[in-house]
Amino acid sequence: MVVRLLVNLSRFIVTFFAATVAVFLLMRAIPGDPAQIALGVNASPELLEETRRQLGTDRPLPVQYVDWVTGLPQGNFGVSFVTRQDISPMIADRVQVSLILVMLSMVVALLIAIPFGTLAAVRHRQPSGVLISAMSQLGVAIPGFLAGILLVVVFAVGLGWLPSNGWTPPGEDFGDFLRRLVLPVAALASVQGAILTRYVRSAVLEVMSEDYLRTARAKGLGPLEALVRHGLRNASIPVLTVTSVQLAALIVGAVVVERVFVIPGLGSMLLDAVGNRDMLTVQSVVMVLVAITLIINLVVDLLYTVLDPRIRKKA
Amino acid sequence: MRSSKRFKTAAAVLAAASMSLTACSAGSSAGSTNKADAKTSLTVALTGEPSNLDFTKTAGAAIPQALMANVYEGLVKIDQQGKIQPSLAESWTLSDDRKSYTFKLRKDVKFSNGEAFTAEDVKFSLERVKSSWVSSLKKKMDVVDAVNVVSDTEVAVVLSRPSNAWLFDLGTPVGAMFDPSGVADLANTAIGTGPFTIESWKRGEAIKMAARDSYWGTAPKVKTVTLRYFADATATTNALRSGDVDVVYNMQAPELLPTFEQDKAFQILEGTSNGKVELTMNNKAAPFNDVRVRKAVMYALDRKAVLDTAWSGYGTLLGAPVPPTDPYYEDHNDAYPYDPAKAKQLLKDAGAENLQITFTVPTRPYANAVSQIVVSQLAEVGINAKIETAEFPAVWLDKVFTKHDYQMSVVLAVESRDLLTVFNNPDYYIGYDNSKIKDIAAAADAADQAGYVAGMKQVVRTITEDAPANVLFLFPNLVVAKADVTGLPANSVTEALDLTATGWK
Repeated sequence: MVVRLLVNLSRFIVTFFAATVAVFLLMRAIPGDPAQIALGVNASPELLEETRRQLGTDRPLPVQYVDWVTGLPQGNFGVSFVTRQDISPMIADRVQVSLILVMLSMVVALLIAIPFGTLAAVRHRQPSGVLISAMSQLGVAIPGFLAGILLVVVFAVGLGWLPSNGWTPPGEDFGDFLRRLVLPVAALASVQGAILTRYVRSAVLEVMSEDYLRTARAKGLGPLEALVRHGLRNASIPVLTVTSVQLAALIVGAVVVERVFVIPGLGSMLLDAVGNRDMLTVQSVVMVLVAITLIINLVVDLLYTVLDPRIRKKA
Repeated sequence: MRSSKRFKTAAAVLAAASMSLTACSAGSSAGSTNKADAKTSLTVALTGEPSNLDFTKTAGAAIPQALMANVYEGLVKIDQQGKIQPSLAESWTLSDDRKSYTFKLRKDVKFSNGEAFTAEDVKFSLERVKSSWVSSLKKKMDVVDAVNVVSDTEVAVVLSRPSNAWLFDLGTPVGAMFDPSGVADLANTAIGTGPFTIESWKRGEAIKMAARDSYWGTAPKVKTVTLRYFADATATTNALRSGDVDVVYNMQAPELLPTFEQDKAFQILEGTSNGKVELTMNNKAAPFNDVRVRKAVMYALDRKAVLDTAWSGYGTLLGAPVPPTDPYYEDHNDAYPYDPAKAKQLLKDAGAENLQITFTVPTRPYANAVSQIVVSQLAEVGINAKIETAEFPAVWLDKVFTKHDYQMSVVLAVESRDLLTVFNNPDYYIGYDNSKIKDIAAAADAADQAGYVAGMKQVVRTITEDAPANVLFLFPNLVVAKADVTGLPANSVTEALDLTATGWK
């Protein structure tokens, strides 16, 4: 157990620093000069020089890299080229918004996926099971932003029940926070729920054909009881894997939904920063995303051992 | 069941950890979208958020759009018709040699930090353009030789040569008045003499401005104004329909307008702007270094059809890069009527039949809309344009603007009175040979008002004859608002969005 944790941790550190090099070089490789973007058209060469000096982009690349990377362990990301503010507090703020949005959406998605997926598996030969399968297929095909726009048209513009966009911090007005969260969470959760429903269904189907379930039935358990007590836990491993992958992807992937609902999340921040070639901000956001992904993987790895003792013994 | 208990514990820990991570302050610097009482506040939807508050160091129209007239003011201001009006200067006189302006300042003006506005501040602000601005706009102040404080309320500005453009420029961002103690952190703090102060800025979402009690002029009609920034046009109109915003300013999707035209709850204003949609050609590189090929492009395009297709017919046809709000405007629409036969003949004369060109299109809605119809009309006269998209601004600025690595492009030139910036500079990316207009332009700037207008008209005619770029149309300033909003500025003459007279019925 401890060895496994140590291996994971060292993998974490190596991956993290490999990622710093990759993102740093990538941002330098794409065309676009942050000084030119800051000055816009009609900038003279002298002004460009002066701005590059102020931004520090005139220094040799290794110097810029070391300068940036040594600040990372202390959480000091530097000052943004564009907003001229400290990057760390900006990211801290956006990360919280994204995590609330994404975590809540994933919880709702699981609340949809687990019962419906199980039902679809158990009744896979009956019309209701086929219907759930078809619905989830449809849900997978709908992109999140389209779901968002449709929800806005119906519930905000048409019925006027909910605001069409915007964000209120929970500490400021909790009721308004929830009201503004309903539609974006619904947009994300409906699509994620559909995706996860399909995984739950296939995982449960697979478990249903296992010998131990037949044994459990032979011992006198009903079909549902056998599935819930012996099957679901085994089915949960692949579902957990997919959930963790989706969760990591969604933290930045929610950007399309953030744009539709004008939510100041991490994805929007990243998109704006790339557009402005705000190198330090892009690098820092990407590193935060890498860290979050690695942490999710670490946690999931631990959860595997909790769910399935055989994995623990192997390690 | 031992491990299932552990599973529950782990799940609970995970849940608790995520909850504490996402503590209650989430997004608090980004702030909330809460609206105050409708009648004392106004919410305006805009696209394109400022990257910071410092237009002395950062380009882009978004910063002066929010701050000029509302937070910062100049000695003069430009009204909705493009005329120069008194602002912080009550009046001014011009010396006989037309090189020295003496401004009489208002006495009762205070900055939002409480400091009085005096002639010293004028000197400080104008000299600061030369010393501290890092912006291409700063060259507008190159003509200033000296700023002399005559008394607390009188200031004399001596120019190195007479200049008509300069007084107009004073009403744009380079003329903004700053307090010496208020410029330490311009990117995040804006201190001006205007009727509003920045109360909060929720990055990624909105700027909230509050009316000042100590403003010298007519108090604004509302107590707070919120400028909300949206990534796309559909979101702005949805927000208007659902009541989240009161006004959509400079609406970017004209195809959405018809639904508002039918609806009595909304009003639509179609004003003019300075945004010229210019189909630019690289005058220094083949094939567009041949004036006949450039003229062929002028005759080949039915600009009315381009406007109707690309921008639903909203906008004004120009024929030259000068909007009607400029003093030297003339209608040049007849210079190059739609005449594909003539275009083909010109191409034949130039030996440029079956031309293959690359058309570099920036990633912007107007450019995308325009490019399709331009390509199909060019194809009809035998110019086969291949569209190559360039991320805007980063890649476009790098490739087209800096490296001049393009043949044809299209861009929305938004700066007011930028005719000479664009065409009186052979090193500009269009590469127009300015030898014919250079001297006329210099003489016009130094002449009296009548001579200025006459000279500039001649400059425009000369440029039009050489066809360095095809000005497709003037971008409309489309404003959609709730029907009971009053005092909206329909025209966008300078970058400023002046909300001082905007209120409710």
